[in-house]
Amino acid sequence: MKKHQWGMIALGLVIFIIVVTFPFWYGKGKTSPPPQLSLDTPAIAQLKEKRCVEDTSFMRESHMKFLGTWRDGAIREGKRLHTARDGRVFEVSLSGTCLKCHSNKEQFCDRCHNYLGAKPSCFSCHNIPGEAKK
Amino acid sequence: MTTNRREFLKIAGVSTLSLIAPAIVCPAWAKEKIIPVSNFPEALSPSKALTAKRWAMAIDASKCPADCVDCIAACHATHNVPNFGNPKDEVKWIWKEKFAAAFPNESHSYLGKSLQQLQLPVLCNQCANPPCVRVCPTKATFQRQDGIVMMDYHRCIGCRLCMAACPYGARSMNYRDPRPFIARINPDYPTRTKGVVEKCNFCQERLAKGLGPACVLACKEKALVFGDMENPQSEIRLLLEKRFNLLRRASLGTKPQIYYIV
Ligand code: HEC
Ligand code: HEC
Ligand code: HEC
Repeated sequence: MKKHQWGMIALGLVIFIIVVTFPFWYGKGKTSPPPQLSLDTPAIAQLKEKRCVEDTSFMRESHMKFLGTWRDGAIREGKRLHTARDGRVFEVSLSGTCLKCHSNKEQFCDRCHNYLGAKPSCFSCHNIPGEAKK
Repeated sequence: MTTNRREFLKIAGVSTLSLIAPAIVCPAWAKEKIIPVSNFPEALSPSKALTAKRWAMAIDASKCPADCVDCIAACHATHNVPNFGNPKDEVKWIWKEKFAAAFPNESHSYLGKSLQQLQLPVLCNQCANPPCVRVCPTKATFQRQDGIVMMDYHRCIGCRLCMAACPYGARSMNYRDPRPFIARINPDYPTRTKGVVEKCNFCQERLAKGLGPACVLACKEKALVFGDMENPQSEIRLLLEKRFNLLRRASLGTKPQIYYIV
């Protein structure tokens, strides 16, 4: 009688372990390729030096915080121009500056965000150039 | 080394001159380096921005033709204000109101036909003592140094306390997604979303580019005058000194900054 109970417990444990570890062995060996970010836009093609507003590594890591400072600066303090560290001056505008160079939002911003599961809600208000209705 | 009096004065004079030299012969490379980038519009250079100590507007309603909506059309097209097509959901930045509705305390039955039938343009009063700013729990509505009562749409949580606080009904809630109800989206100004309150911003985004408010420029009758109340020589101050004018519900103490010439 006791032996029988132990068998059931062992079976339950095995099933439990299989279910819990399922994601690990199911996804084993598969890698999702990193997104191919396209810089192929008319505005970027015209640049002599292929540079973002600030350093590429800074933009990659911190553009979300950077956009936050842009937003607060423009609206709370009326700072509508941004002087980059190397002296270039940009208009503080999400649609008008970022998306002017990165006019291929789908092949650039969206590709990376989809890969990483980030969902910025900005574009429910901010217009995507060229996509604006009518 | 011995220096005589004459020698000393020469040296002192030259050193003093050298102090002010940079101000006179400022070489180009010593100035702040500004490399214009294609997407930096000339209009945004800080020297072009319109600034004031206290922005205000005067409205000469007697100049307003009865069925003219030029100011409303210009404002709403510039700021992507949706038209839901029903008064319950209506979103408005500037609209028209009968005299009795705009000035309930000043109106009575024997005011005269011309005043009673007047349709006045009304908008956010940009109060100097704004109740909406006081009640906003997230500081989404705030007052700028130049008096503009402005909304930071990024912080609005849609609680509508500001709508309850505003005695002029100048604030509208987006009860639905506004985008499908905007006839033509102006790509230069963001839309809003469902669950966000909005109102007139005195065209602060245009002032930053050196442009006057859209409604003022759209008015062919020049019924709207915009200017600095703290400057005694401004057009608006000179006009208000000459003409009798009213403030909407002045007794409430909100200190409105839209002056109505009647
Ligand atoms: C509820 C609508 C809404 C959402 C959502 C929104 N914004 Fe905005 N944003 C606006 C409006 C409206 C303005 C313009 C305010 C003005 O100039 O009067 C603006 C202005 C800005 C500005 C400065 C000027 C410009 O045109 O770009 C920045 C930067 C900005 N937003 C960044 C963001 C970012 C980043 C996000 C997403 C995290 C975001 N916004 C989400 C409505 C929104
Ligand atoms: C003047 C054109 C220009 C503007 C304006 C611009 N970018 Fe860029 N951006 C570039 C270029 C070119 C690169 C690639 C740089 C490189 O490869 O080193 C880049 C790279 C980036 C990257 C890094 C991509 C990666 O390889 O990981 C991010 C993130 C980014 N930009 C976001 C933004 C945001 C957000 C804005 C608005 C604040 C913006 N960019 C404005 C031209 C621009
Ligand atoms: C190299 C990858 C990459 C690229 C390219 C990229 N992003 Fe991002 N983005 C991220 C990551 C990672 C986050 C952070 C997500 C989080 O913290 O949840 C993020 C977050 C953001 C946020 C903040 C979202 C929030 O909810 O606060 C904004 C806004 C944003 N990105 C805008 C852009 C724009 C605009 C572009 C194109 C010009 C762009 N990003 C390109 C990786 C990228």
